[in-house]
Amino acid sequence: MSDSTLTAQTAGGTPKLTRVSEAVIRIAGNSQDGIQAIGGFLARLAGRSEQEVMTFMTIPSTISGGPSIFQVRIGSGEVLSAGDEADVLLAFYQHSYEGHIDSLKKGGIVMFDADHVEPKAEWQKDYHHVGIKISSLTVEAIGGTAKDKGKNIFSLGLIARMFDLNVPKLEKLVAERFTGKDPSIVKNALLAFHAGYGYSLGNVMETFRFMDSREREGVQVVMNGNEALAYGLIAAGVRFGAGYPITPWTDVMELLRRELPKYGGSFIQCEDEIASISMALGASYAGKLAVTGSSGPGISLKSEALGWAINAEVPLIVCDVQRGGPSTGMPTNIEQSDLFIACFGSHGDAPRVVLAPANVEDCFYTAIEAAQIANRYNVPVIILSDQAIATRIEAFPEPNLEQVCQDLAPDFTPVADHKPYDLAATDGIVKRAVPGTQILSGKYPIATGLEHDELGHPTGSPRLHQAMTAKRRKKLQALAANLPLPKIYGPPEGNALLVGWGSTEGPMREAVDRARAAGDSISSLTIRHLNPLPEGLENIFSGFHHVLVVENNDEGLYGYGGQLCMLLRARFCNSHIRGINKSDGLTWKVKDILERVKTHVAAAKQA
Amino acid sequence: MSQTTVENPKPISATAPAVVARPSTATGSTTERKGLTKKEIAADHPTWCPGCGDFSVLALYFKLIEKRKLHHEKITTVAGIGCSSRFPYFVQAHGAHYIHGRALPFASGISLSRPDLHVFAFGGDGDAFSIGGNHFNHTARKNIKMTYVVMDNWVYGLTKKQTSPTSPLGFKSKTDQWGAVDYPINPMKQAISAGATFVARTTHTNPNHVLQMMEAAMDHDGFSFIECLSECVEFYEGAFDASNPRKGGVFNLVPGSHDVTDEDAAYKLAGEPFPGHFGIFYKVARATKNAKEAEIIQNFRGKVTGLKDWQILQKNFDRMK
Repeated sequence: MSDSTLTAQTAGGTPKLTRVSEAVIRIAGNSQDGIQAIGGFLARLAGRSEQEVMTFMTIPSTISGGPSIFQVRIGSGEVLSAGDEADVLLAFYQHSYEGHIDSLKKGGIVMFDADHVEPKAEWQKDYHHVGIKISSLTVEAIGGTAKDKGKNIFSLGLIARMFDLNVPKLEKLVAERFTGKDPSIVKNALLAFHAGYGYSLGNVMETFRFMDSREREGVQVVMNGNEALAYGLIAAGVRFGAGYPITPWTDVMELLRRELPKYGGSFIQCEDEIASISMALGASYAGKLAVTGSSGPGISLKSEALGWAINAEVPLIVCDVQRGGPSTGMPTNIEQSDLFIACFGSHGDAPRVVLAPANVEDCFYTAIEAAQIANRYNVPVIILSDQAIATRIEAFPEPNLEQVCQDLAPDFTPVADHKPYDLAATDGIVKRAVPGTQILSGKYPIATGLEHDELGHPTGSPRLHQAMTAKRRKKLQALAANLPLPKIYGPPEGNALLVGWGSTEGPMREAVDRARAAGDSISSLTIRHLNPLPEGLENIFSGFHHVLVVENNDEGLYGYGGQLCMLLRARFCNSHIRGINKSDGLTWKVKDILERVKTHVAAAKQA
Repeated sequence: MSQTTVENPKPISATAPAVVARPSTATGSTTERKGLTKKEIAADHPTWCPGCGDFSVLALYFKLIEKRKLHHEKITTVAGIGCSSRFPYFVQAHGAHYIHGRALPFASGISLSRPDLHVFAFGGDGDAFSIGGNHFNHTARKNIKMTYVVMDNWVYGLTKKQTSPTSPLGFKSKTDQWGAVDYPINPMKQAISAGATFVARTTHTNPNHVLQMMEAAMDHDGFSFIECLSECVEFYEGAFDASNPRKGGVFNLVPGSHDVTDEDAAYKLAGEPFPGHFGIFYKVARATKNAKEAEIIQNFRGKVTGLKDWQILQKNFDRMK
């Protein structure tokens, strides 16, 4: 609980009250315990509170019913990452207790279910132990045959008491969540909540209250990255999609399947990954910009069809919610190792656009941008999300939907003549005439993966292959010239620049804040447009002695760092570019980034 | 008949909203327009070998377009990879030459998002039953509205004589120099068992019959599949002589007594030794995926009447506050 200030300690056995600016709470149990629901309630509460913001991270279990954790970081100021160490650990089982005590900071509080956990004597001095018979107290509170179902809500009550959270707002959230179900479920949930809230923490511990934060403007919405991505696609005007289930992409397709019919659209579950991209391409070809998506293994399968989209110049949005690879790899862990397949996967010279949202809010806007680029440049756009962003819940300012929602209805106005692959356009961009459009010259286009002439008919002409290859490339060059330079977080000059993409943004920025507070001149840069890269990055890099690319991928496979590091080195031939990498499947801790920067800078001095 | 559905699907009203509303601007005057002439439909001169059976299928596709007064912008011709899959280049209309084996899901994307278009897919036996085999099964069972003509020549022609999934046992190819050893796929059985709702068989040597099957297929509301024997004169000459009266064979129509809604009878017919029968083996009415999706949309749209898209989305966002 950083920045905590002790304000009061009352006598007479009531818990002392400490005012804090933020807290990290880790809840550990099994996946069926509903611990994600606790996190969900806390996030929604933050979204509805003016003085609190929070970010959380989840690490779901690999197998249903297995161990699962949920980490919540509540803060009065800006929260950029899920937090390095927990201030409070809530452990439901012995394995939760033993497996996560390491994540608790020294002196932190471990609250455990005394019905299931046998505390260890050797840990008593380092951590403040609070045993509560959570399971039996829940059963007692609800009565009947409830067993221990509801212990998550009981625990929510404990947390609410411990952090002096807004009870009426939480009650409302609990009631809303169970509305529509049997009324006794709402009643039982509230009984469990109040039993937890009313449980006497008494002498055993202190309670906390969050400091007031700056007034926030406007309303916040709370969702995870996959939801933001799916709703972003809807806002973007995408009305057709096709997919195949794979973790962690599946939530996106489930949501689109459920929601698109309201907008007159459809999302189709296909027999496999190849059929999915093919069906999406069929719809896109027919004038309805479509989406498909997957995670690494599915992206590999889609690669041939992606090449067709590039050659045929048919727009498409492909979401890749990355996980650990190669092969089946680590399905529920975090990794950023699909950058190369996103940028270069498929055979031949195959230019496509790759965008990487940096946080949950960015997923929403990236989807809209992807649709704009795909439709304008007739090119597939890959959105590289990752497991960390996909499952993380964040509160962010509500978008102005009336303003951002797009209509992508195709234009069927008859045209006099049409060359789908017209070489006259210097930027390579040709407006499409989709099926249903009458072409008055009587010459109709063929969309094709074979090298073709301007009408789409096959050719073996060396001149045309060269010209068409250039045409496809020129579109990306035109896009690159229009891309904004990413904004530097921190001053534009200094000792080290942290460069990253995707979910590393938060930890990098927090590292910058901490380093600057300690007097180190470090800035950070998150690149959202990964292919093509925006022009002028070299000017940003030249302001720093060290350019350190922070990535969740292998550190040795590509030379001086990870995949983005290799791309930047190859592009800019700048020997100051090095990588800071890890491949443990977990998000970056701020302190680890800072330590690695220190090590690197020291090593560079010696060299 | 095997049990493939748990309950009878509800009849779908013909007025169910299309996935995409048809704009009126582009084709407002369609009704007054004359049908296309063969000259207006023909594009590139086919690259097929002289004598290839595929010429006949192409000519009859033109006939179909002429006869049924289909306009350029009303049809889409899709194919995968193979000799026969060059088809779209030879047709003067919107078309797509997609990747090997995946023409059906691609065509499905068009069909499901654009109910105003007639979608025709063409391909060969390798495309349909080898690399694209699984797509064939799923497109059939989903009953996605389109017509799929497989020009079956029992051999890989474009790559110059390798064994195909329909090559008969003992066929000598470059990949089975001593004769094919793998039991061949029976396209008709495959289609019936996968749940296709229109299954017909024809041969390129009987043009009238080909056209008849194409018309019936086009008029069928669902996934209509035609196996059209189409001889590869280069790599499997004489493969279908036994079905060609001019070569001393017999062309037997499906018996008049055959009940096209009887799945078992259709399957039995499909199992007869070559040359077997020609005509419609199986034809049943079952709601298409297109209609079912349209019904889902209609149900949902009823709940958001009068709302703009952003207002529908706003309702979701309001719940996430």
